[in-house]
This record gives sequence, C-alpha cells and structure tokens, in this order.
Amino acid sequence: MPHPDLPQLQKLCSQIRRDIVRQVYNCQSGHPGGSLGCTEFFVALYFHIMKRNASFQMNGKDEDIFFLSNGHISPVWYATLARSGYFDVKELATFRQINSRLQGHPATHEHLPGIRVASGSLGQGLSVAIGAALAKKLNKDDRTVYVLMGDGEQQEGQVWEASMFAAHNKIDNLIATIDYNGQQIDGPVDQVLSLKDLKAKWESFGWTVLESNGNKLEEVIAVLEKAKTLLGEGKPVMNLMKTAMGFGVDFMMGSHKWHGVAPNEEEFKKAMAQLEETLGDF
Amino acid sequence: MSAFTVTEKKDTRSGFGAGLHELGKQNPNVVALCADLLGSLKMDAFKKDFPERFIQVGIAEANMMGLAAGLTIGGKIPFTGTFANFSTGRVYDQIRQSIAYSGKNVKICASHAGLTLGEDGATHQILEDIGMMKMLPGMTVIVPCDYEQTRLATIALGTHTGPAYLRFGRPVWPIFTTGRAFEIGKADRMTEGSDVSIFACGHMVWLALEAANQLAEKGIQSEVINIHTIKPLDVKAILDSVRKTGCAVTCEEHQINGGLGDSVAQTLSAHHPAPLEMVAVNDSFGESGKPLDLLKKYGLSTENIAAAAEKVMARKK
Repeated sequence: MPHPDLPQLQKLCSQIRRDIVRQVYNCQSGHPGGSLGCTEFFVALYFHIMKRNASFQMNGKDEDIFFLSNGHISPVWYATLARSGYFDVKELATFRQINSRLQGHPATHEHLPGIRVASGSLGQGLSVAIGAALAKKLNKDDRTVYVLMGDGEQQEGQVWEASMFAAHNKIDNLIATIDYNGQQIDGPVDQVLSLKDLKAKWESFGWTVLESNGNKLEEVIAVLEKAKTLLGEGKPVMNLMKTAMGFGVDFMMGSHKWHGVAPNEEEFKKAMAQLEETLGDF
Repeated sequence: MSAFTVTEKKDTRSGFGAGLHELGKQNPNVVALCADLLGSLKMDAFKKDFPERFIQVGIAEANMMGLAAGLTIGGKIPFTGTFANFSTGRVYDQIRQSIAYSGKNVKICASHAGLTLGEDGATHQILEDIGMMKMLPGMTVIVPCDYEQTRLATIALGTHTGPAYLRFGRPVWPIFTTGRAFEIGKADRMTEGSDVSIFACGHMVWLALEAANQLAEKGIQSEVINIHTIKPLDVKAILDSVRKTGCAVTCEEHQINGGLGDSVAQTLSAHHPAPLEMVAVNDSFGESGKPLDLLKKYGLSTENIAAAAEKVMARKK
C-alpha cells in the first residue's frame, strides 16, 4: 500500500462534509450528525484502503466491497461514492427528492452504483456482509469485505446472532467497524440502553477488537491497515471507532440533537463557513 | 379416485430435501442454509454430499436471511431452510429489506406450515405466511401439493431468478402428481368439470380431489385446479374455468384473510364477478392434535369442501 496522500485526503474530507450539509439542507431532511462523524472513515476506506474496480459490478468480484448497515448516514456514503466517480456529483442535489436514485436510506432498487443491499432498518448489515464474505471464500476471491454499523445499532439482537456466526465460522476476510459516537436518537447511548463494555462483549464473542479515534485521519488509516494484517487468521476483526457526532461543524458536534435534523438557512451558512470548499461544490 | 393413482405416501418436506440434493449436483452455486432443523427439513443428503456449500446458522433466523442476501452478491443461490413460522413472521423485516426490496435471489424454503404440523400446536402452525409473503413486491410464492411437486418446485427454483417463498409441510401425504409437469406460475388442472371450479393449494389439493369424487357421486362435475403458485397467479386459468362453471371454491391451509382465496376473489371481482366460497381457517389460531382431526375441526375437511361447492352452486343465478 503506498503512503497516503494526507493533504489530498484532508481536502476530500472537507469537501465531503460540505456535500453532506448541503444534501441535508437542500431537502430539509436526513442525518448530518453521524455522516459528519464518519467522514474520515469513508475517505480513508474509499480513497486509500480498499482495492476497487474501475466500474461498479454488483458481484464485487476481485475487489474489496463495503456495506453500510446504519443506512441513515447515507449522505456521507453518497458524497463519497460521487467523489469516487461512481456517479456525477451533481446527482447529490437529488438526495431524498422524488424520482432520485439517492433514497433517504441506501437502496439497490433504483440501481445507484456502489450500493449492494438496502439498509436503514438497523441490525441487518453485518449479516449481509458476512454472507458476502462467505461467497468470496466459496469463490476463492481473496479480497476483503468491510462493514460499518452504528453503536446504537448494537442494541439490535441480530447483530449478536451475526457476531456469533462470524466467530464460529472463522470469517476472517471481514473488517467490521462500529461508529462509537455514544449518541442515538433519544439521547446518549448510556442513558437509552447502555452497551456496557462493548470491547469485552465483542472479544468474548470471539472477535479480534481494535480501538481507534475515527476523527483523526492518520489514525483511521493506521487502524484499518492494522486490521488488514489480522485477516486470514481465523478470526473476524472489529474496529471500535470513537467519533464525535457532527464532527467538523462546531454547533453540531457531540450532540444527539443533530442525529436527524436539517440545518436552517442561517445554520447552513454558519456550517459552510467552517468547511473549506476544496474540490468544487455540487 | 377416478383419475389419480396414489403411488405412495411421503411428506412434502422430503420432496424439498430430494429436490435440493438434485440441485446441489446440478449447480455448484446452489448453497443451503439451515437454522438448526437439518433433519426436519430433510437437508441431510445435501449436507453429506456438499458440506462446503451447507451452512449451519444455529437458532438465528434473522442472521440466516441476511447471510442469504449477502451470498447472492457473490453469485450464490441460497436456499434457506427452517419452519414456515420462523421463515416468515419471525424475520419479516429482514426478508423485506435485505431480500425483497434489495431484489436478492434468495429461495426461502419453509416446512411445517399450517394446521397439519399437528401436535406442536399454534405457536408453530403458521396460517398467515402466504399473505405476508405475497404482499412483498417481487416475491414469488409457491405452495406445492405433494412430495413430487415439492421436489419439482425446488428444482425449478434453481433456475428461477428473484426472491421466492416455497411452502411445504410435515405430514405424510398421498403422492398423486407423478409424471405431471410443473411450471412456476402455471396452474395445473387436475379434473375437468362444468358445475363448479375448485381452486386449491398445498395439502388441500388432495382433499379437493376427494371432494370432487364425493360431488361426482351426486352428479356434480367439479373442476379441480391446483394453484401451486399463489404469486404470480395464473389469472387466465382461473378466469377460463370460472367463465365455464360460473362459481368457485378456494381451499387452503391458511387464514381466510390474505391467502389463495383473497387472490382468487380479487381476480374474480376485477374480471368476472362470480359466487365464491372460501375453505380456510376463519380468523383463528390452531391447536395441538392429529393433522386430519385438526383439518376437520377447523373446517378444512373433504366434507367441508364438498359442502362449500354445493353452497356456491346454489348461489349461481
């Protein structure tokens, strides 16, 4: 893997944050908080970590593939996919509008390149990712499957069914990440339904668990590189990634209040003033 | 029975097991998933001969549906196996989002459906599954009537594209379709008659044929049509028959709401209004008991079908 071009990746982070806020502002709906918090992760994954084929094929043969389980942070994924060349950045203007391929939550139904399964109803993405990883093993395809979940999503029972399955069946071509921002719709996760010791939970389920800061680009890259070195050793790998919801926009940061709320005009301008336009807005 | 010879008796789930095993030999992309019901679903032969393509998921049906959706992405054709209750109601949202809405080529294979599950009782006797599954856009729903048809339906799903639900059951039941062709979406006319159409699916097809014999003794010529595919429905076969007979009975091991009867009623009311009687479970849960005793208690016996036929004929103008 070549050294990351950090200045370029930082530019992408700033532009994608602008894309996120603009998408949500345009349609006055959507989820900016988690999207902003996971921007470094998406940029690291798509622009440095994953080996991707030039054009989108549903089967993802001989390339790394990614699943977003917490589908509500679609704005960051759509912006990343557009900036990666899967579709024109202008299409971001259609987010959540009628007749758009950019549904409120990711879907395959409208054939948006880059999406392989619908997500939004939580707790399902890890199972799908494990299924795709199993298919890669059966196909003797040695590329890796990545999946991102939310921390509130850990309250869904299916996550733990999948967790148990992956460890038991030695799904070691899979790197899962949890956006560990400590917030969910109704408040801090610790107040809504505490996850207690999440690291111990995943370790006791038989996974190798790494911890990282998801808002430091170098650290995101380093932990994913480290995770890759742990593949093929008979255990699935989990990256517990601490982030701040709303990172990059000061008044949105660290609060569950911006989980699923769009900024008004004044807030939009204030947010944009904090994010440098580096690659041209859509 | 006039035209139908019972070659032997077997459970429909064994037809699934045999079909799956044949598919395993035919197509290396066929994979099977099972939620701790290997023996009940008769998947043993597949597991024995294709261990690398058999996935035991444990008692975790939600995960099984997600795994199946993911496997399709790499070109696999997953067949999931568990009881009908755990194949549908328990995992409806997983099927809806990860399979149906996502357009995944998953074959959901469901045993122990309906009252004829018997002694396990209402917790396991799902009677709402046809309705739930047919409501999902793009979902094919198949309810074969005997061992042989279940075997053929399973094999047919190997080359069918898109999400599908295959519903079968537990009891040993007459085999009477040997040598008959099976095509998804094409109804099978079992007897010809001009007095009343009897549309049936699953185990009820055999009972409909028995009822046809009872009716024949009274001089009533009934036309029994096996609607093994609930969706897509063979609208032409239904309309052709009712245009001739002028009335219809539907028979299913399912709630009166949401099943085959609903689909036929919708078809008739839109294209050719005619009297219709539905033999189905009338908004009730089942209970423990012997399969035939339960069918009788809940109004799904041969006699119930024959009585419904006479009743609906009397309603003809």
